[in-house]
Amino acid sequence: MEFPILSALVLTPALAAAVVMLIPERRREVIRPLGVVLSLLPLPLAGVLFAEFERGEAGFQFVERAVWIDRLGADWHLGVDGISLLLVVLTTVLVPVALGASMRVDHRVKLFVAMNLLLEAGLIGVFLSLDLFLFFVFFEVILIPMAFIIGIWGSENRIYAAVKFFLYTAFGSALMLAGIIALAFIHRDQTGELGFSYLGMLGLDLGPDAQRWLFAAFALAFAIKVPVFPFHTWLPDAHVEAPTAGSVLLAGVLLKLGTYGLLRFNLPLFPDAALDFVPLMAVLAVVGVIYGAAVAIVQPDLKKLVAYSSVSHLGFIVLGTFALTSQSLQGGVVQMINHGLTTGALFLLVGMIYERRHTKLIADFGGLASSMPVFAGLFLFIAFASIGLPGLNGFVGEFLILMGSYPTLPVYTIASAVGVILAAVYLLWAYERVFTGKITNPANKGLSDLSIGETLVFVPLVALIILLGVYPKAALDVIQPSTDAVLSRIEAVTEYRAPDPGGPGFVLSGGGG
Amino acid sequence: MVDYLWIVIALPLGAALFNHFLGRRVGEPRAAVPAILSVAGAFVYAALAARDFFVSERASEEAVTVVRLFDWIPGLGATAELLWDPMAAVMTLVVTGVGALIHIYAVGYMHGDPRFGRFFTYLNLFIASMLILVLANNFALLFVGWELVGLCSYLLISFWYTRPSAAAAGKKAFVVNRIGDFGFMVALMVIFAAFGTLSYTEVLHEPGEVIGAGAATAVCLLLLVGAAGKSAQLPLYVWLPDAMEGPTPVSALIHAATMVTAGVYMVARTGALFGLSDVAGGAAATVGALTALLAATIAVAQRDIKRVLAYSTISQLGYMFMAVGVAGYTAGLFHLVTHAVFKALLFLGAGSVIHAMAGEQNMDRMGGLRRKMPITHLTMLVATLSIAGIPPLAGFWSKDEILAVLFAKGGYYTVLWGAGLLTALLTAFYMARQYFLVFGGEARWGEGAEPHESPRIMTVPLLVLGVLTVLIGFVNTPFRLSFEHFLAPAFEGVGLLHAPEDGFLLTALALVSTAAGVVGIAIAYLVYHHASEDTRERLLGRVRRPLMTWEHGYWVDEVYGRLIVKPGLALANWSAGFVDQRVIDGLVNGIGGAVRRAGGRLRPLQSGFVRSYGALLALGAVALVAWIAARGL
Repeated sequence: MEFPILSALVLTPALAAAVVMLIPERRREVIRPLGVVLSLLPLPLAGVLFAEFERGEAGFQFVERAVWIDRLGADWHLGVDGISLLLVVLTTVLVPVALGASMRVDHRVKLFVAMNLLLEAGLIGVFLSLDLFLFFVFFEVILIPMAFIIGIWGSENRIYAAVKFFLYTAFGSALMLAGIIALAFIHRDQTGELGFSYLGMLGLDLGPDAQRWLFAAFALAFAIKVPVFPFHTWLPDAHVEAPTAGSVLLAGVLLKLGTYGLLRFNLPLFPDAALDFVPLMAVLAVVGVIYGAAVAIVQPDLKKLVAYSSVSHLGFIVLGTFALTSQSLQGGVVQMINHGLTTGALFLLVGMIYERRHTKLIADFGGLASSMPVFAGLFLFIAFASIGLPGLNGFVGEFLILMGSYPTLPVYTIASAVGVILAAVYLLWAYERVFTGKITNPANKGLSDLSIGETLVFVPLVALIILLGVYPKAALDVIQPSTDAVLSRIEAVTEYRAPDPGGPGFVLSGGGG
Repeated sequence: MVDYLWIVIALPLGAALFNHFLGRRVGEPRAAVPAILSVAGAFVYAALAARDFFVSERASEEAVTVVRLFDWIPGLGATAELLWDPMAAVMTLVVTGVGALIHIYAVGYMHGDPRFGRFFTYLNLFIASMLILVLANNFALLFVGWELVGLCSYLLISFWYTRPSAAAAGKKAFVVNRIGDFGFMVALMVIFAAFGTLSYTEVLHEPGEVIGAGAATAVCLLLLVGAAGKSAQLPLYVWLPDAMEGPTPVSALIHAATMVTAGVYMVARTGALFGLSDVAGGAAATVGALTALLAATIAVAQRDIKRVLAYSTISQLGYMFMAVGVAGYTAGLFHLVTHAVFKALLFLGAGSVIHAMAGEQNMDRMGGLRRKMPITHLTMLVATLSIAGIPPLAGFWSKDEILAVLFAKGGYYTVLWGAGLLTALLTAFYMARQYFLVFGGEARWGEGAEPHESPRIMTVPLLVLGVLTVLIGFVNTPFRLSFEHFLAPAFEGVGLLHAPEDGFLLTALALVSTAAGVVGIAIAYLVYHHASEDTRERLLGRVRRPLMTWEHGYWVDEVYGRLIVKPGLALANWSAGFVDQRVIDGLVNGIGGAVRRAGGRLRPLQSGFVRSYGALLALGAVALVAWIAARGL
C-alpha cells in the first residue's frame, strides 16, 4: 500500500495538538517554538503532494478510502484535485506563519498553540474530504477552535464577536447539514443504500425543485462563510476582536471554505439550480465588491478596513465562480490563494503595529515611515499586491476573473471593475494617513522597526506573492484541468455552453463584421 | 542580437534590485554608478539592435521581430513576449537615451539626500517598467508596464513623503490613473471576448474581419479613457500639476518625457483598431485640442516655474492626441520624440534654477538669472524657442507637421487646426513669459539668496539636450522624411495620414504657425520685459478676472471635490454607518435577540452558545427532514 499522504496531512497537526497538550503550561518558552516546529511538519508533506501531483489530470488524486460509519454509509474518503491542492498548500504555509507571529501571546499558551494546530487539521481535512459527512464534520470542527481563539485571546469585545461568529456560521451549517441528510436519503432512494460519497452524489438524478432547495441550503451556508453581502457583518467584528493569528487564518483560509464550497458542491451537484441562481449570486457578488470597498474607505480602524476589503475581494471570486467560463473559474481559484497570502500578510502587519502601539485606529498614527521604514515598505508592497498591481499575485486572479466573466455577465463585470479603483483609494489613503507626513503624535516616535524574526515571517509570503505574479502558470497548470472539469460537468447535464471567446460561436453585440 | 532583447529590461531592473538591497551601504555617489550604466547600456543595446532597421530596403515583415520569453497567463493568451519594430525602437531609444541623461543630472540634483540610493532604485525600476510597456507584444503585458510606471510615478511623486502635499499628490496620481485604467480594462474585456486573445499579433492584424465598427468604436473610446488618464488629458489631467511635488528629475523623466506619452504610444500602437472608427479618432483629436487649449490658458497665469511646465506638458500632449486622432501617427510620434528632448531640457533647466535658488519655485522671486547661470540660461532659451515653434529648432518641425496633418484632413478638423494654432500662440507667450520672469530683467530675489550655476554633472546633460534640441528636428523635415520612412513598417496595413506634399501650402502653413509663435513671444516681451512695472500692473489689472480663473486652473480640482469626492465619501459613510450597522446588523442582532428570548424559556439547560448551536443544528435538520418526508422525495 502506498503511503497515505492525505491522511498524514490531516492527522499530523491533530497529533501535534495532542502532543502540545501533554506539556505542562509553565514551560511556555518551550511550547511556543515547539508549536511553530510542529506546525511546520505538514508543509513538506504538502510540498511532496504538489510535486507529485499529476498535471493535466482533472480528477481526484491520492485517493484514500476506508469504511468509517458503516450504518450511515459514511467513509473516511480523501482525495485532492486542482481546486483543493493549492488551498491545502496555502493552509500549511499560513499556519506556521500565524504561529510564528504569535510569540507575544502569554496567556494559556498551550491551549492557544493546540487550538491553532487543531484548526489546521480541520482546514486540511475539509479541503480533502470526498465524503459529505466527513466534510461536514471537518467543517464543524473548524468552528470550535476558531471560536475559542477569538473568545479567549481576543480583545475587549471578544465574547460578543465569538458568539456572533459562531451563531452566524452555525446557522448556515445547520441548513447545510439538512441538505446533506436530504442528499443521503435521495441517495438511498436511488441506489438502495444511504451514502455520503461526493462522487456518488454526482451520479444522482435530482429534480429541479430538489436542486433548487438543496442549492439554497448549501449556498446559504457558504455565503455566510465567504461572506457574501448581506451576510458579512460577523466578519468585521470577528476580525477586530480576534488575535493576529486568528485573523490571519480566518481571512487567509477560513473564508475560502465558502468559495471552495460553492465551486466544489453547488456547481457540480446542482447544475440546473446553479444556472437559475446565477443572476442572484452575481448581483450579490458585485454589491459585495463595491459595497465592501466603499465601506472600507471610511473605516477608522485598520483591521476593520482590511476586513471590509476582504468582503470586496471575495466578491470578485464569487463573481468569477458564477460567470462559468474557463478563465473566470481559474481566476476564482487562484484568487482564493492570492487573497489568503495578501490579506494574511496585511493582518500580520496590523498585528505587529498593534503590539507596539496598542491601537489600530488610523487617526492615532501618522509619519510611521520615518520611524519604521522596513515596516512601511512591507506594508506598501503588500498593499499594492492587494490592489492588484500587475507583476504581483493579486492581478493575475483579478484579471482572469474580469476577462473571463465579461462574456457571460458583461454588466456585472463592468460594475465590479469599479472595485479596482476603490481598492487603490482605501489602501493608499490608509497608507498616506498612517505612514506619511511628519510624526506629530509623540507616541509614534522611537517605535522599533521590525525585528529580524518578524521580517522572516514575511519571507515566504513575499516570495509567493512575486512567484504567483510573475509565473502564475505554476498554479494555473494545476487548477485549469479541474475547473474545466466543473464546466464540462455542467455542460454535460444542462443546456449551458460556456462561451468560447474569439470563437466562431461567440457573437459580440455590434460586431461580427 | 534581437533575441536577447530582454536584456534592456533586465539591466535597469537588476540595478534597481542592487540599489534596493545595497544602495544605502554603497552610499552616495557610488549608488548612481550601476544605475546610470544600466540605462546607458540599455540605450547602446537598443541602438545596436535598431541598426538592423536601417539595412536598406528590407521586406517590411522582417522589420518586425517577436521575442518570446515564457508563458504568463495561458488562459488569456497572455505571453511574456516582446515586440521589436521601428516604433518600439524609437520609444526604447527615447526612454533610455533621455533617461540616461536625467540619471546623470540627478546625481547632482539629489546630492545630499539621505535616500539617494533609494531614489535611483525607483528611477531604474521606472525605466524597466517603461520598457516593458513599450516592448510588450500583448495588451496584458502592456498593462503590466502601464501599471508599474504608475507605481513608480506614485513612489517618486511622494518621494519626500514627510511633506503631506507630496504624499497626497502621489496618491492622487495613482487613483486618477486607476480611473483611466477602468476604461482600459473594460476595453480589454471586449477585446478578449471578441478575439479570444490579447496578443497584438492576432488582434491588430486586420481586426475589421472580427469586429464591426460599433464594437471597434466602443473599444477605442474605452482605450482612450485609459490613455487620457496616463497622458493627462481631459478630464483626467488633474493629477499631473500636483505631480510636480516630486523631485525635478522625476518631473523631467516621468511627467514630461516618457510615462505621460504612454497614452499617445498606445493609440499609435492600436492604430489598426482606431482605423475602424472615425468616431473614436475624432474623439481623440477633439480631446487633444480641448486639452491643449485649456492647459495653455492655465499655463499663462501660473507663478510656479514647474507648474507652468506641467500645464505646458499637458498642452503638448494634447497636440500629440490631435495627431494620432487623425491617424497622423508619425507626426504624433515625431512630436513625442522632440518634446521628450526639449521638455526634459526645460524641466532640468528649471531644476537647475530651483537648485540655484535654494528651493525657490515662485518666478516672482527670480529674475536676472541670465548672468548668474549662463549655461542654464542658454540651454533654456534654446528649449523655449523650440517649444514656441521657432525654426529651425525641433519643436518647429514636429508641431508644424501636426498642424499640417490636421489641415490636410480638412472639414471639422480645420477647427481643431485653428485651436492648435491658437495654442501655439499661447505656448509661445507663456514660455517667453517664463523666460523673461526667470532670466530677464533685474533680480527680485531676497537678501539671503545666492544663485550660482549648477555643477557640471547637471550642466553637461543640459548641453547635450540643448544640442539635440537644435538637431533632432532635422530627422523629419518636409525636405527629407527620414523618420517617417523609418517608422513605416510599424504602420503596415494601417491607414496613415501624411502631411500634404504641396510645397506652397506647406510653406504657407509654416509661415502662419511661425507667425503665431513670434506674436506670442512679442506680446510676452512687451508685457514682461519692455513695459515698466506700473504699465504691466495696469495691463494685467484689466484682465484680472480671466487671469484669476486661469491661475486656479478653472477651479477644476474644487469642482471635482464637490461633485465626486464629497458625495462619494458621504455615500461610503452612509453605507458604513446606516446600512451596515443599523440595518443589517440591527436585523441580525434582532433575530439573535429573539432566538435568545425564545431559548430563554428552555433555560437552565440552554446556557452557553455551544448548546444553542446544537439546538439550532438539530432544529434545522429536523425541519428539513420533515420537509423532505412530506414531499416524498
